Amino acid sequence: MSWQISSTSVSQFADQLAEASGVDINVCYQCKKCASGCPIAYAVDYTPVQLLHAARLGLKDLVLSSKAIWLCLACETCVARCPQEVDIVKVMDALRAMALQAGVKPQVPEVASFYRASLRNIRVFGRMYELGLIGQLKLATRELDKDVRLGLEMFKKRKLKMLPDFASLGKASGIFSRARKLERR
Amino acid sequence: MRYGYYPGCSLHSTAREYDASLRAVCRRLDIELAEITGWVCCGSSATHAASKHLGVALPLHNLAEAERQGLGEVLVPCAACYSRFKLAWHEVERQPALRGEVEAILEHQFREEIGIVHPLEVLDSSSVRRQLASLGEGNLSGLKVVCYYGCLLSRPPKVTRFDSGEYPQSMDRMLGLLGASVLDWGYRTDCCGASFSLTRTDIVRRLSHDILEGAREVGADAIVVACPLCHLNLDARQRDIEKEYGVRYNLPIYYFTQLLGYAIGVPSQDLMLERHFVDPRGLLEKVGPLWSPSVR
Repeated sequence: MSWQISSTSVSQFADQLAEASGVDINVCYQCKKCASGCPIAYAVDYTPVQLLHAARLGLKDLVLSSKAIWLCLACETCVARCPQEVDIVKVMDALRAMALQAGVKPQVPEVASFYRASLRNIRVFGRMYELGLIGQLKLATRELDKDVRLGLEMFKKRKLKMLPDFASLGKASGIFSRARKLERR
Repeated sequence: MRYGYYPGCSLHSTAREYDASLRAVCRRLDIELAEITGWVCCGSSATHAASKHLGVALPLHNLAEAERQGLGEVLVPCAACYSRFKLAWHEVERQPALRGEVEAILEHQFREEIGIVHPLEVLDSSSVRRQLASLGEGNLSGLKVVCYYGCLLSRPPKVTRFDSGEYPQSMDRMLGLLGASVLDWGYRTDCCGASFSLTRTDIVRRLSHDILEGAREVGADAIVVACPLCHLNLDARQRDIEKEYGVRYNLPIYYFTQLLGYAIGVPSQDLMLERHFVDPRGLLEKVGPLWSPSVR
């Protein structure tokens, strides 16, 4: 009997992840450089190195229902320092998309709401309309009193605009619909 | 010199002072900025998390517009936009299939690579450094600052190829040339919490606190930034951070373009210093008077 040793096919989930993200996590040799430099390591349930390990073992449920995939700030520190060049930010992007597709409830719902509200905002206005975004976010998270004082002060300093920028109104909607159509295929 | 200019959403709202001071500095240095018409949001922190194609197509729409408008290299002052633009181009450059798909989405075929530059890269060139020296050498003396580059200018280094990944120094060099005492410190590329500014403010306060604390430890009078999200988190949230941690920093947060402008005689109304939460005017007045509109 012969054994074939290859870096791929450690688990089906790792394969799915490679397919979705374009990143082969099997090359990770667990040096923990990612976890050491991660600014939110203190706040997550699993550090990047742990999450990668779990994904390689095929622990799909654990990974997709983790807080870590939603708390990643995409600061790229881990990507810059990984000796094996594992693009962890891309992995996180793919994991969030997989979680949503699989119907797993986001463990940090306000961050998921922020993503949704931002996308809608850009699709409609072409550019970010902060006041609209804040409004949508408040409705989604029901945290109506959050940052009200700061918001008012920013308004007074004219750091927040009353009205959206109309120069690119609707300019992104075509890009959105063509991208969606392509990804549904 | 002429650049296509992509201000991005923040420079039209929360960071208008960055936009105004950058434009004024460029005018003074004879650098022409031609704003891309019909630009859209680059999607920054949200879109790449939701859709691979959208995350690449949104920033590249702006490069496509720049190419259609014949603008050449594109200047991107927001670090988050800059990183997004660079990442998007990096992706299509390496994946011809993706490039084809994105070009179909954008209904545009790129003829050539379009340069993406940050103002720090443009202003750190030897010819501009000579100009700066002749206009404002020594004018910032007496000012003790630390330079905060944040995450996204220098990372990932293979993609942005900005300065150095872990220890960038272009801003330090520039302000040092103008006479400021630029202090060394350990937080130049740490993360401020960036996009969690509206959601997990607890994380933003903690990370930004560490940065403010780092600046205070080395004895800085102010922090200089090159990103609108860094500015927002360090300036607008500074009072809340002080309250939570029981400390008092009162550290002004400048955009590097404001200090540059001040040093080379840009009138104060173009610096918009009054828009900051921690008033940065007093510290500058200690160094010398702000230029009044009548100076030019």
